Amino acid sequence: MTEIRKVGICGAGGTMGAGIAIVAARAGFEVVSYDQRGEALARAVKQTDGFFAKSVERGKMTDGNREAVLTRMSSTTDLEALADCDLVIEAIFENLEVKQELFGNLNNICPEHTIFASNTSTLSITQIASGCGREDKVVGMHFCLPAQLMKLIEMSPGLNTSEEVFNLAWNWTEATGQIPVKTQDKPGFILNALLVPFNNDVIRAVEAGVAEPADIDKAIKVGLGYKMGPLELIDLIGLDTQIRLCESFYPVTHDPRASAPPLLRRKVAAGHLGRKSGRGFFTYDGNTMFGA
Amino acid sequence: MHYTIDLSGESRSFPTGDPFLKSASSNADIAIYLGALFKPDDTKAAILIELGTECLGVHTGENAGEEGSNVLGFSRYRNGDDAPSSLIELVRQPATLASAIEAAQTMFESAGFEVALCSDQAGRIIDRLMRPKYNDALRFLDEGLATAKDMDLTCRMGLGYPDGPIERVERGGLGHHYDVTKSLFEIYGTSAYTPPRRAVVAKQRANLK
Ligand SMILES: NC(=O)c1ccc[n+]([C@@H]2O[C@H](COP(=O)([O-])OP(=O)(O)OC[C@H]3O[C@@H](n4cnc5c(N)ncnc54)[C@H](O)[C@@H]3O)[C@@H](O)[C@H]2O)c1
Repeated sequence: MTEIRKVGICGAGGTMGAGIAIVAARAGFEVVSYDQRGEALARAVKQTDGFFAKSVERGKMTDGNREAVLTRMSSTTDLEALADCDLVIEAIFENLEVKQELFGNLNNICPEHTIFASNTSTLSITQIASGCGREDKVVGMHFCLPAQLMKLIEMSPGLNTSEEVFNLAWNWTEATGQIPVKTQDKPGFILNALLVPFNNDVIRAVEAGVAEPADIDKAIKVGLGYKMGPLELIDLIGLDTQIRLCESFYPVTHDPRASAPPLLRRKVAAGHLGRKSGRGFFTYDGNTMFGA
Repeated sequence: MHYTIDLSGESRSFPTGDPFLKSASSNADIAIYLGALFKPDDTKAAILIELGTECLGVHTGENAGEEGSNVLGFSRYRNGDDAPSSLIELVRQPATLASAIEAAQTMFESAGFEVALCSDQAGRIIDRLMRPKYNDALRFLDEGLATAKDMDLTCRMGLGYPDGPIERVERGGLGHHYDVTKSLFEIYGTSAYTPPRRAVVAKQRANLK
């Protein structure tokens, strides 16, 4: 297997893809950003320029470095442009069939040695790899939001992933300055496996009248030293996103704690989606937060 | 605000030497019971009973959802034998007097604590929410999802927590975790609260000694 020099990012017009492209380019890799939506890609390019300009402003990189990084980055809406990548990381929609189709198509385009990595939060790496034609070269590489700032990556081998490929991908994450942790290919890996049921427990506690949202958040922040209360975090994640997470988890795990609590569904039906709609468990006016 | 303390044995909330104990006065408007059997007294602004894993109703009795008086429960959150935090979980019943809640809240806040008010349910806020998460992490460890170190690192780095679930529950004591989950399981009866294998092992080992 050859060394990783060129990296393709699929879904690079999205939140995660754009951040992952920054991580790779900043570490000296040539990056091809691909998305099916040209306008999303154009927006991501603009945001990336802004990000690096700020890095220079803050003294985190020199202007020369910024220019060098930007010349290593290109963007495209043509999947064929990933033909000479050594590693392709996908961060497209969280949908098994869509991800399987992408890897199947990439398998016909990319050379034999190319490693495919998935940034999925909830899907199985083994299932995403299944039928793509190179099941031994698919790994889970779950970045945290925002990828350009968060160092942690959950790395998971699928059942058919070769050890050599896993180690190459692992070493690549370290070469980018990230911190990988190894997890089995299980729903939600570590982070979401702990967080999704916990968040639902918190919502159920509100529904059960255990305490007001502000008291729950205060207890967790003061008692455990969390920077953000769980309900504040759910408002930030989005209540609709929390339902989507439940809908990925519950059918796979059948853990009752992973099923969407009735209060969550009522709130989403009422348009209380969290921060983005101005109201979730708390009410937001601009950047100010009020109690529920 | 003045308070009287009736202490029997060692309090988990205010261990020997805690400054809160020293600032107590006699015959004050607020009576705090730490381990001692409480005596009802309608003339007090508030009566506060320190709770362990039990509900406040164990001390006051209950009345078809209409229970409540000037008596409140409380617990200063503490992870096992770690030093107590500055959080007071203040437990009310459906008909607890608003004036008693306010008096208790004001007294604790003026003593430097932060107060979270909750209803009289098993585990209050923190144990109800955190114990299932520790159980998940301990089960994941047994199942080989990841190492303890990596699970803790993931929670610290990925979620910004000051510590991870395994290091936290182990620091607090797996035997203590067993006691808390067992009492929660008795009430909730769901697998989320079943004492996990590692806590059962720790408890059984402690009993061997
Ligand atoms: N948002 C998070 O907090 C977070 C964190 C970690 C992992 N993830 C995972 O990352 C992935 C992306 O999430 P996101 O929040 O960035 O989504 P997003 O909706 O912001 O971005 C997805 C991007 O993928 C593009 N896309 C979709 N299907 C495509 C296809 N077939 N080919 C090419 N481009 C395609 C879309 O145009 C879009 O720009 C998901 O698997 C998600 O589970 C998300």
